[in-house]
Amino acid sequence: MLCFVKNFAIPGARDLTVANEDLRDRIRQAIKRQERPTVTVLSSLLATQDEFGYIPREAIEEIAVYTGASTNDVWGVASFYKNFQFTEPNEHVIEICWGPSCHIMGAPEIIEEAAEVLGIEGEGDSVDGKGTLRYNTCLGACARAPVISIDHQLYGRMTAKKAVEKIKSL
Amino acid sequence: MFSYDELKGTADQRWKDLTQGDMPWIRVGTEMNGHAAGGFQVIDAIRSELGARNIAAYVDEVGTLGLSYAEPIVDVLKPGRRSRLLFRDVLVDDLPEIIDKYIVNDSVPGNKAFAYLGEEPIQGVPDLRTIPQYGMQQRVAMRNAGHIAPADIYQYIANDGYAALNKALFEIGADTVIEEMKASNLRGRGGAGFPTGLKWSFMVNSPGPIKYIACNCEEGDPGAFNDKAILESDPHTLLEGMLLAGFSTGASNGFVFIRHGHDGPIDRTERAIEQAYELGILGKNIMGSDFSFDIEVSLTGDSYVAGEETALMESIEGKRSMPRFKPPFPAAAGIWQKPTTINNVKTLAYAPQIILNGSEWFSGIGTEKSTGTAIACLTGHIAYPGIYEVPMGLTIGQVINTVGGGVPGGKSLKLLQTGGPLGGVLGPDSLDVKIDFDDMAAAGAIFGSGGLIVGNEDTSVVDLIRVLVTFCQYESCGKCFPCRLGMTQLLDIMERIARFEGKPEDLDVCERLGKTMQIGSLCAHGQLGFNPIKSALTHFISEFEEHLNERRDPTGRTSTKFFSPKATRPYSEDFREVQPLEVISSL
Ligand SMILES: Cc1cc2nc3c(=O)[nH]c(=O)nc-3n(C[C@H](O)[C@H](O)[C@H](O)COP(=O)(O)O)c2cc1C
Repeated sequence: MLCFVKNFAIPGARDLTVANEDLRDRIRQAIKRQERPTVTVLSSLLATQDEFGYIPREAIEEIAVYTGASTNDVWGVASFYKNFQFTEPNEHVIEICWGPSCHIMGAPEIIEEAAEVLGIEGEGDSVDGKGTLRYNTCLGACARAPVISIDHQLYGRMTAKKAVEKIKSL
Repeated sequence: MFSYDELKGTADQRWKDLTQGDMPWIRVGTEMNGHAAGGFQVIDAIRSELGARNIAAYVDEVGTLGLSYAEPIVDVLKPGRRSRLLFRDVLVDDLPEIIDKYIVNDSVPGNKAFAYLGEEPIQGVPDLRTIPQYGMQQRVAMRNAGHIAPADIYQYIANDGYAALNKALFEIGADTVIEEMKASNLRGRGGAGFPTGLKWSFMVNSPGPIKYIACNCEEGDPGAFNDKAILESDPHTLLEGMLLAGFSTGASNGFVFIRHGHDGPIDRTERAIEQAYELGILGKNIMGSDFSFDIEVSLTGDSYVAGEETALMESIEGKRSMPRFKPPFPAAAGIWQKPTTINNVKTLAYAPQIILNGSEWFSGIGTEKSTGTAIACLTGHIAYPGIYEVPMGLTIGQVINTVGGGVPGGKSLKLLQTGGPLGGVLGPDSLDVKIDFDDMAAAGAIFGSGGLIVGNEDTSVVDLIRVLVTFCQYESCGKCFPCRLGMTQLLDIMERIARFEGKPEDLDVCERLGKTMQIGSLCAHGQLGFNPIKSALTHFISEFEEHLNERRDPTGRTSTKFFSPKATRPYSEDFREVQPLEVISSL
């Protein structure tokens, strides 16, 4: 049996040839700036995520070119790790831990009320452009559970009320 | 290039200035738990308050004494004093009083003063060693944690740092290092408890010149934070452990594998590596010997399975962290097919002390088959959550009740979750179980990463198990179907039971799925993925049956509203636009 596959489209490949030189320049610089000796597809994706807070689609191609991998390979890695985001986050990123320590210390209420004050259902971006809510499996400060993080600052022994106050004051 | 004696000379002089000079030395706990308690705000405020008063002092960020419940801890050594005074739960607003009363004058402010540590009693506060949370600890891997600044290599050297490396390089040689590690009976602290000396010996005869030592600090287990705490408190101990592993196995390079986003451990490890290179402790011809070794930090994305040793190697190569088939084993073909040895942070952190003090000293701690210490992370419903390094062989009850202060609020203990999400849960009858590899295994639990999550009488087992299963399902890497599909089925069933919509056959189906997963999965994530449910059915079956048969929740605490973490769906609009494959086939 012979098989021909036609029109096989890589998701995201559609716009890869569209010129967006400013953005691409920033991406290239971010990839090149990596200081650790071993540079891989993953390290380049992490460098991009650090620079932009997400992975712009142009980065997939730039990283492929830089590392000699195929765009498919870069996609494969980017879509695997859960910290990679593909849309630009809002101004402030609020992460709430839902691991078991935080869970039994009251994380569910915090998540519920934080989402409510941001006007969203769960993970995602608030409409006013201010906050992005993300769940985290462990923020690493379990002895101070429940823990949230706002723009990389950790806050322990949270309550729903305190978390909502912090979000409102952003 | 400096010899060890030169380095030690400089370090001792500096240590004398710090501890016997004419300026106060202020240390602030800023490990992740200290961070979450506001440690960085406190240290900034200390600097500005001192500046406003024109007081010259050494101010250092340190790691953790293990007493996370009391963070931020401010630890003051005054000139002319032989004891440090510790303040607990310090807020920025407390600082003027602490500085004016204790540093400027000489009285002990009553409010936040916690304990003293040293040879000379300080009026009005107890000796920290009489407080069980500190006094019951026997700190080996964490001996410097909270005492020295992780950012200053000389403080490490002044406290016997790199003395074991010096001994290995110039006195005893590589073979004796391996012999000592074997004789110490140290078992790996990454979960499986594999003998470390034996693991190292596997790589000795693997062909070079490129061979790798990888340190596993993925630490994705919620409820465990001791690996990160070691990196944040005393990264040089880890580097020295890796150097010993590298020297004795003939390796050329090391990777410290950390999850992206944990800035504290990452930054402090990188700073330590930089300093070690500056002083010739890393790089070519270390301390004038003919041993050369390089170490770098390798970051991974969020993936629990990346902590599995073969998945870790894939991640270091920059790929998806999916486990590989074994054999070949890492000692034969690991990272980029080169011989590789993978160890947990704690395992490597013990090595310098074993080499320095001898295997007999180490195997004298703990029990016969589980030598050394256990580093327990106590969290959940516990009076004193923290990181406690205690000798192996204490019972779980001693650790929870004596060290951890028991369950607060007059409530009783209902369950324990040990060894990470795959470890499952235990009931109160497990308090007599000894903490060591074999006794824990016999009780159907694993000590694993050292996480001990305590749930009080109000905790809903069904709810907690649903969360653990959510975690295991979310973190399945997807490579093999028994785990990928099995976890999804298990989660469906758990959610159903929690909503009182369970079917009579559900628990049987769980058992069968669990068996398939155990037999058919490539790595322990799938093999143990059924553990949370299995252990809960052993200890708490009635709670499940009540949910199932009587549609009733005895605790009243089972959430019926779940939030599920979103799977990554990149550029979803593109997926919609992807045209269907047009497959033309002909005979
Ligand atoms: C799903 C999964 C996750 C793991 N995560 C970790 C981890 O975060 N840290 C770790 O040291 N070992 C982890 N391990 C165990 C490692 O595979 C390996 O046994 C360990 O790093 C070996 O170190 P040791 O000999 O020092 O114990 C994990 C294993 C599995 C199956």
